[in-house]
Amino acid sequence: MNDRCLCEQNEILIFACAGSANVGQIANQAAIQLAQHGVGRYFCLAGIGGHVSGMIESTRAGKLLVGINGCSVACATKTLEHAGFLVGEHIQVTDLGIEKNHDLHLNPSDVGKVVHHLASRISKRKEG
Amino acid sequence: MKIEVLGMGCASCNKLYQNALEAVRQSGKEVQVVKVEDIQKIMSYGVLSTPALVIDGVVKAAGKLPKAEEIKEWIK
Repeated sequence: MNDRCLCEQNEILIFACAGSANVGQIANQAAIQLAQHGVGRYFCLAGIGGHVSGMIESTRAGKLLVGINGCSVACATKTLEHAGFLVGEHIQVTDLGIEKNHDLHLNPSDVGKVVHHLASRISKRKEG
Repeated sequence: MKIEVLGMGCASCNKLYQNALEAVRQSGKEVQVVKVEDIQKIMSYGVLSTPALVIDGVVKAAGKLPKAEEIKEWIK
């Protein structure tokens, strides 16, 4: 059970496409790690797609929305935009030289590459 | 009509509860206002940020503190 207060400010909200290809799952794992490292809060993209009012309103409270897309289809970004949100920071895992396939034995170094890339970009944003 | 104020009892949650009561008072309508402090119940609404305000099962605000005037518009 999560007994943490939900009143903490969620300034940076992270959404991953979590698609069925390797890059979608890499996106998801990267989102989890970014949240675990305190870079932002992991939010539920499916809830946005489903127009769940609680998820939509919780997302409105965010200051920066981060979309991690596995590939150029860009489902995370498009889902958020379809719900009327502006995605301030978004990437495609395939843009980092990771090839899309359906082998779900993920390489941890690929996840690390996405985490490092995004953590660095978000950090620069905060400095700027 | 029913208003639920979701939050785990912090100052902002209590303030939202007061705002909801004030909105109901100003509207003159018969509206039930209840506090929901159970985290499982809060999360069952898909709410990830509190305080949150639910009117008849629909989340109208989360992670912010709407004023009584705004809530009054929602219960018109």
